Amino acid sequence: MAGTLAEKVWENHIVRRGADGAPDLLYIDLHLVHEVTSPQAFEGLRLAGRPVRRPDLTLATEDHNTPTLDIDLPIADATSRTQIDTLRNNAKEFGVRLHSLGDADQGIVHQVGPQLGLTMPGLTVVCGDSHTSTHGAFGALAFGIGTSEVEHVLATQTLPLAPFKTMAITVNGALPLGATAKDIILAVIAKIGTGGGQGYVLEYRGEAIRSLSMEGRMTICNMSIEAGARAGMIAPDQTTFDYLKGRPHAPEGADWDAAVAYWSTLRTDDDATFDTEVVIEAADLEPFVTWGTNPGQGLPLSGAVPVPEDIADANERVAAERAIEYMGLTAGQPLREIAVDTVFIGSCTNGRIEDLRAAAKLMRGQSKADSVRVLVVPSSARVRLQAEAEGLDKIFLDFGAEWRNAGCSMCLGMNPDQLAPGERSASTSNRNFEGRQGKGGRTHLVSPLVAAATAIRGTLSSVSDLGPDVPVPDGSPLDDLQPA
Amino acid sequence: MEKFTQHTGVGVPLRRSNVDTDQIIPAVYLKRVTRTGFEDALFAAWRNDPEFLLNQDAYKSGSVLVAGPDFGTGSSREHAVWALKDYGFKAVLASRFADIFRGNSGKQGLVAAQLAQEDIELIWKVLETNPGTEVTVDLVERLVTCDDVVVPFQIDDYTRWRLMEGLDDIGLTLQHADEITAFEERRDAWRPKTLPAKHLPPVEIKAARPVELSLGRRPGL
Ligand code: SF4
Repeated sequence: MAGTLAEKVWENHIVRRGADGAPDLLYIDLHLVHEVTSPQAFEGLRLAGRPVRRPDLTLATEDHNTPTLDIDLPIADATSRTQIDTLRNNAKEFGVRLHSLGDADQGIVHQVGPQLGLTMPGLTVVCGDSHTSTHGAFGALAFGIGTSEVEHVLATQTLPLAPFKTMAITVNGALPLGATAKDIILAVIAKIGTGGGQGYVLEYRGEAIRSLSMEGRMTICNMSIEAGARAGMIAPDQTTFDYLKGRPHAPEGADWDAAVAYWSTLRTDDDATFDTEVVIEAADLEPFVTWGTNPGQGLPLSGAVPVPEDIADANERVAAERAIEYMGLTAGQPLREIAVDTVFIGSCTNGRIEDLRAAAKLMRGQSKADSVRVLVVPSSARVRLQAEAEGLDKIFLDFGAEWRNAGCSMCLGMNPDQLAPGERSASTSNRNFEGRQGKGGRTHLVSPLVAAATAIRGTLSSVSDLGPDVPVPDGSPLDDLQPA
Repeated sequence: MEKFTQHTGVGVPLRRSNVDTDQIIPAVYLKRVTRTGFEDALFAAWRNDPEFLLNQDAYKSGSVLVAGPDFGTGSSREHAVWALKDYGFKAVLASRFADIFRGNSGKQGLVAAQLAQEDIELIWKVLETNPGTEVTVDLVERLVTCDDVVVPFQIDDYTRWRLMEGLDDIGLTLQHADEITAFEERRDAWRPKTLPAKHLPPVEIKAARPVELSLGRRPGL
């Protein structure tokens, strides 16, 4: 029977088919764990006297609460320290592998899985974290779960799951210069809305998606949850295989060949049907920024803050009024005129090596606008090492940016990296909710290129604002450029 | 999860509607890392009031909460159920429950029994006239007895069965452990394992230090 990519992966994991509307029981290939959503799950196991069924399919890292400065000192905040210590004790007691602060594989859980080669096509991947959708970039069925479900997976390595609907998001054609994966996904969310994906697994397809690197694909799948979908997927191809080959946990020898043979079948059949289809022309895309307080409130940078009176839908009008007020903007104000206080480059959306390279290429030989502080936070310690090996850290420091240790950092401000009330950021992260980056903080979601250009000019900017001669950088290593 | 067939305990007449999960347990308690020990957090804001039911000797040892309609609305926090259970409640009776609360209760072994509002009123009267009266919740017969009031309640068949068998979701899944093991035996060899750990050679990660940089245009400056 013809099937979509998501349906094929689902079918492949059914341990027990639910009868009479009961959920199917699915096997989970990879369970990622972090310190915030796991303590009660481990406690539940302890109370019931249950072990972790498959520690060898479980991986924990510290990311949300970890500081990005002075990581060799005890964590100053008591609540953060307790959560981290609890994870360390649980990992030890239950035999779960943990990458702790100071370890080269510590970092944001959604970077660590891929970089170790644990995230692969055709897997089911779960984590007590909504951005688990990131791993769908490899053609895995990956989604966030709640604490009871974390306990369920720890105890049984399975989850009872209700079926989902499928949605194809096809991005045709080639991306124009200056537009990136981040701009694609912000445009998708602006189009289908923050609830548009509810109940669906999204599959991103089309030429513009195919031509993206794995980093770009992860950026897109990462924000599927911002469109309301639990998961987003991209069919694996040569780009996927090339990324995985040789990674520490990637299969080897005959296993590799068997894996690639199977992975190559993981695509939606030509005669399969989706419940919903959305088409976007890449040629229409340009750098996108959000102006409001949910990720669906985004516009091309060339636009202006909406005028609420012009919005026909009453609910949206009220939402826009409220957002404009919270954000301290005025209706009709050109987005390019918005001055920011902080530029944050990091998070599981855009804290990868390609993102850092692209930003560094723009920053090289420049200095930041006096009025902004610039925080560059790699998504993992390994990414930090690689950036340092390529000399990116020097570029950031010369530019006037701060070069931090890895973690979630200002993406959600559970550690000391926060916005002050009223402070405005251009942020490469994924959520611009009220207070997300610090109480009263105001967030504009942007791509790494827009973040770097904004850091140079002090107002929301794209590469084209830097002058006609400035080339639009990509994510390749710096040596490919002419020396500055 | 303990098996539940019948429970008899002191009834607590909580004459309020729309008790949301923020009232059941305020957000400040969510930072805890434990799953037990939430008894002090239950109805924390109301417990400061000496007149509040749970501060009265007759109701202190209550284990059957008889609440108003729309109990458990608001945030999905499972902590609300943990707090009720930790305090000692075995069942909550109400004429309407929020869906997520009802689901969470079923997962955690707390009986959420749905009664007609007139019947709730009858029970309230008994409990208020004679504080300390016991209420019996019979899951087998789906009957609530309180003094001379004997009334039926609703609970879905699947949840009832699970509660009577003492099966939490995990216990239920583990009944199929053989099927899980059989599935594991069929899994492809290429699928990844996190253990034994493989990684690139360990390298020292230098700690970033605070720097004295201009901090940008801070608001108010
Ligand atoms: S970087 Fe942000 S979105 Fe990603 S896992 Fe951390 S807190 Fe969540």
